[in-house]
Amino acid sequence: MAKITFKENLCKGCGMCVNACPKNILELDKTRLNVKGYHPAVIKDQEKCIGCTSCAIMCPDVVITVER
Amino acid sequence: MAVVFDKPKALTDVPFHYCPGCTHGIVHRLVAEVIDELGIAGDTVGVASVGCSVFSYNYFDCDMVQAPHGRAPAVATGLKRSLPDNVIFTYQGDGDLAAIGMAETVHAATRGENITVIFINNAIYGMTGGQMAPTSLPGQVTQTTPYGRDTSVAGHPIRVCELLSTLSGTALAQRVTVDSVKNVNIAKKAIKKAFENQINKRGYSIVEVLSTCPTNWGLSPEEALKWLQNNMIPYYPLGVYKDVTAEKEA
Amino acid sequence: MGEKVLMKGNEALAEAAIQAGCRHYFGYPITPQTEIAAYMSKRMPKVGGCFLQAESEVAAINMVLGASSAGVRAMTSSSSPGISLKSEGVSYIAGSDLPALIINVQRGGPGLGGIQPSQSDYWQATKALGHGDFQLFVLAPSTIQEMVDFVSLGYEVGEKYRIPTMILSDGMLGQMMEPVEFPEAKETAQAEKTWATNGHKNKRKKNIINSLYIEPQVLEDLVKERFERYEKIKATEQRAEEYLVDDADIVVVAFGASARVSRNAVNMAREAGIKAGLIRPITLWPFPENTIKKAVSHTKDFLCVEMNMGQMVDDVRLCVEGKSEVSFFGRTGGMIPTPEEVFNEIKKLSEKEAK
Repeated sequence: MAKITFKENLCKGCGMCVNACPKNILELDKTRLNVKGYHPAVIKDQEKCIGCTSCAIMCPDVVITVER
Repeated sequence: MAVVFDKPKALTDVPFHYCPGCTHGIVHRLVAEVIDELGIAGDTVGVASVGCSVFSYNYFDCDMVQAPHGRAPAVATGLKRSLPDNVIFTYQGDGDLAAIGMAETVHAATRGENITVIFINNAIYGMTGGQMAPTSLPGQVTQTTPYGRDTSVAGHPIRVCELLSTLSGTALAQRVTVDSVKNVNIAKKAIKKAFENQINKRGYSIVEVLSTCPTNWGLSPEEALKWLQNNMIPYYPLGVYKDVTAEKEA
Repeated sequence: MGEKVLMKGNEALAEAAIQAGCRHYFGYPITPQTEIAAYMSKRMPKVGGCFLQAESEVAAINMVLGASSAGVRAMTSSSSPGISLKSEGVSYIAGSDLPALIINVQRGGPGLGGIQPSQSDYWQATKALGHGDFQLFVLAPSTIQEMVDFVSLGYEVGEKYRIPTMILSDGMLGQMMEPVEFPEAKETAQAEKTWATNGHKNKRKKNIINSLYIEPQVLEDLVKERFERYEKIKATEQRAEEYLVDDADIVVVAFGASARVSRNAVNMAREAGIKAGLIRPITLWPFPENTIKKAVSHTKDFLCVEMNMGQMVDDVRLCVEGKSEVSFFGRTGGMIPTPEEVFNEIKKLSEKEAK
């Protein structure tokens, strides 16, 4: 059981978290823009998250909080 | 559930101004995590250098001084000599450290100045829009080497860790990168050692972090990490070039 | 006051700095100021202070920037070509509102120039020691005693207004010996430096020492605030010595070493029946406008005597506003005017007035 949350308005849509996720459950939400004008990273399937923190470790903007 | 990853306390709430995918943010976070883990935020004074990271004085939640271009090691020397019990670190880019500030860098190292240096090597001048850096690779296209860096004209890149490892005052010279989870973890350990060395009065410790500049390289963040892996790491091999603590153990 | 001791100017100044609480000196060898560094290297270890020979003047001034940021009394010294190298750091120090003590034991220029005494860095010290809108508090000693006394004055004024101080000396004052007295050792109370970057100890908000302001309105506001402080300094810190000025027809204006020569020339003039006097600016910035302006009503001729091609004379003309004649006599390149040469100039002016 793990949960990740995004401080979405800090996200710059670089996608580094998406590439880092071993479960491939992150994506950039191409349907909307955040306040900075980027497509923010979101989690597709929270149930599959293992709380490994890889996404947070690779995020250059400290957007992600991980709970486990 | 418990929070297992969150923003370190030694970072302020000011959002980073860096471009999307720029690895400065990762390195900032690692420095802040180390400051938190060592419990030294109240004793630490950081020195921001000129370049993209100049605004780091807004990001670290410790006292900060902004130095003239290249002079961060001299400013840090003045701070450390005045505040020997505080922790002083500089955060410098490749233009700052290895071009305009090379004299200050070499002499701070050879004096064994007891400071911690975080060196971002992304092979380009970021803030001014992508000119050749002292660490730009042979053949690398930049704004001021539009036909690629011609070493017969512009000279060769400087391998900073190798150079500084020859000096007696250097306690730690280690090159790391932040292209993967594994390497980020190695980078953090190196940064922690560089701070611990200062606390243990071991001398000048430098961690060179191979970094990306997607904007000025003209690549996506993902492509930039691949370019770093394929081009920078072969020229600038990762590893420990000097570590006085290992020498003692051996 | 203690007993008088015979000391070389450079060494007396260095000792005064130690007695004023300076424990951090960063320097680089250059003639004719090297005795300051040598003296500091001998004394600092004995008082638990830091003497560091930097790799360059550029590094030395930035070490001062770091030490001043930490809140301690720091100092560097150099001579003309070395001061040019420090100008970048001086601009950053001023732009960061840091106090710091910078000594210039001037020699002839431009370029590598020479190693003999000169005053040709007047413009640099008072108008533009670096880029941007800023001033230094500039003191010009003319005796070894003043080399001593101006150190603590420089620190006190610099800290009060958060402005760097320069003592503009020259190779003559640096190298000559005179008896001096050091003020009795007293712990000069330094104002608490709440702005210092010495670690927030989790007890206060972080401090930032910085000179970068990307928003032009913010930068303009900060520069204007700094210039309000400069106005206060102008109003309260002007210093000059007046010698036989009250009834003078001809007033020589000279500072530092050239004032010593000029005083002798004024005495010669008085003996010859010429009503001559001397105004000796002690603060070069702020320039002692009030003293010059006060003398305008009775002075027919001002004669500026400098060891350069005519630099301070500009400031004198600005004060006199065309109400009296202002002329200039100078030697440069390391040449020192003689009292006879200055007396001849005074005599020429006197004869012209008599016609």
